[in-house]
Amino acid sequence: MKNVVEIDFNRCKECGYCIRFCPKGVLSKGEKVNKKGYYPPVVSDGCIACGTCARVCPDTAITVYRED
Amino acid sequence: MRKYVYKRPEVFTDAITTYCGGCGHGIVNKLMAELIDEIGLQENGILVWPIGCSCLSDRYYNMDAYMALHGRAPAAATGIKRADPSKCVIVYQGDGDLVSEGMAEIMHAGIRGEKFSVIFINNAIYGMTGAQMAPTTLLGQTATTAPAPLGRIVDNSGYPVKMAEILAELPGVVYSERVTVNSPARIVQCKKALKKAIELQLAGKGMSFVEVLSPCPTGWKMAPTKALDWIDDEMTKVYPLGVIKDASKEAE
Amino acid sequence: MGKKEFLQGNQAMAESAIRAGCKLYFGYPITPSSEVPEYYAKAMIERPEEGITFIQAETEVSAFNMVAGAVATGHRAMTATSGPGFSLGQEAVSYMSAGDLPGVIVEVMRPGPGDGEILASQGDYFQAVKGGGHGDYQTLVLAPYSVQEMCELMQESFELAEKYRNPVILLSDATLAKMRESVELPGYVPQKDPASKPNALRGCGKNEPHKVVTCGDGPVQWEEFNARLQEKYKRIAENEVRYKTYNLDDAEIILVAFGSMARVCESAMKMAREKGLKVGMIRPISLWPFPDKAFEGIIGKKFLVCELNAGQMVQDVKLAVENKRDVFFYGKLGGTTPSPKNVLAEIVKLGGESK
Repeated sequence: MKNVVEIDFNRCKECGYCIRFCPKGVLSKGEKVNKKGYYPPVVSDGCIACGTCARVCPDTAITVYRED
Repeated sequence: MRKYVYKRPEVFTDAITTYCGGCGHGIVNKLMAELIDEIGLQENGILVWPIGCSCLSDRYYNMDAYMALHGRAPAAATGIKRADPSKCVIVYQGDGDLVSEGMAEIMHAGIRGEKFSVIFINNAIYGMTGAQMAPTTLLGQTATTAPAPLGRIVDNSGYPVKMAEILAELPGVVYSERVTVNSPARIVQCKKALKKAIELQLAGKGMSFVEVLSPCPTGWKMAPTKALDWIDDEMTKVYPLGVIKDASKEAE
Repeated sequence: MGKKEFLQGNQAMAESAIRAGCKLYFGYPITPSSEVPEYYAKAMIERPEEGITFIQAETEVSAFNMVAGAVATGHRAMTATSGPGFSLGQEAVSYMSAGDLPGVIVEVMRPGPGDGEILASQGDYFQAVKGGGHGDYQTLVLAPYSVQEMCELMQESFELAEKYRNPVILLSDATLAKMRESVELPGYVPQKDPASKPNALRGCGKNEPHKVVTCGDGPVQWEEFNARLQEKYKRIAENEVRYKTYNLDDAEIILVAFGSMARVCESAMKMAREKGLKVGMIRPISLWPFPDKAFEGIIGKKFLVCELNAGQMVQDVKLAVENKRDVFFYGKLGGTTPSPKNVLAEIVKLGGESK
């Protein structure tokens, strides 16, 4: 079972809410810049697919799912 | 086999919002979209948008919409709802729109007990026009029309306006709650309040009002996560969270 | 139909609006238009089978915006107001024209400026015709001169507003509003389903959403938006010119008047003819589009424009005639309406002599 967090790269505005509220701290500022000059976060191991990041994102830029 | 924990709401278009990073509008818009999907409001819902940062929000939804003149959303919504009471009319306004330009319109919609749901985004500043003072700006808070070092001064501009309390005084307003969106738990509470406001309309009760304290990183000149803290540190002292009025059981 | 009744202008007009399918009235009381909301309020209670909704709005600002919201759903709606109230509604009139919203507004003129007086005036001609609101927009402006004509034009206002998807102003005044005349009320007009009207807000479901948006998206888009509006106004101007002419063939002096002043001038013209004076009249009924063609080709005659104001329509007459030096003006301010004898005296002054 894989826990997946997909971040819409060009929708993110780097507000930092997902990073702040992730209970497992698996999100951190990425190194690639998007069209608007923002650095969308990257996801490391340990995600529990709680969906908190998706729920706090003001741009609804995050999709979370579990996959076999 | 894929099981979604969170997916972008169906009613949303693909448009990227014009909101700043961290803006509370984005969170509330999302909750509205979730509720539209969950309750099935696309069929008979009409959204009434204000002038302000959210004025282009009709672009984010596959919904019938009316972008009103500044302050006039409650009047236009009155026309829409009185023309066809079977429609679910959601009025969405910011602080310039509702508290200043549209004070007469919102008060009288509440006086008449218009049966629509009002979402009021209170970010204590006029965002779209470049961070001028709002009637909701806190004393001492700085804005372009209340500059440092004094910020808003009582003698000049009076006290911040507490709309959830003022509207709660009106018998025609059956529900008034103040919420915010600065944490996951608070976002859950905000969605509950919005849902209640919509359900009360569908049940034919009077006006329901949800005031949302909303972060404005650009207007407040702070990083988005600092803006979330400022809501707790400063805003909730002036604007307490909670249900101000729930007369929904008594309402016919 | 066929029955003649002795009815007050405001009330007959309100009844005609109800019969035109306008079941929604939003307005604020202001003299001399208050009989209209009162009529609707009474009809709402006494004729529940007709499903009339009357809302007394808190201000005219709100009332005009309520009309805008209501007509956005495809339902017919109207408001009636006067002077200061009409001023308050201008923002919404601009908005409705931009938003292709068929709101119908009755403006019962009274003397201004400021709080003013409550008798008859024609001092809001500029405001109604040139547009009291902001931006490049136009509204159809119709000026009846009798209670009968007011009833007919009231019903036509709704048809024209929907035909062009633009607000229509029916321009009345305190005299027309309050006087009683023998009228044959128009009948009930069959109604279309509101949701079937163009761009009606109805809850889109899985269909294309309908939106009312009057805000720009950059200068290129905004120029295109305006070009489309100008196209709309051009169509109205080409198709909706209305006027009436009286005794023009041999007229040496031509009276030009609208509304209640046209009634006075009509009588003055008859009195003049009895004295052997060759007097005719042009009565504009559409003030926008102004009936320029009524004045075309008339050379060497004198035009005497009579208005209850300081000289407003006279400017449009000067633009319309071959030689503006042929145009003269007689006006009255303050609220008194001159008598036909007063107008006759002006005709004589202009050089009209008995033969």
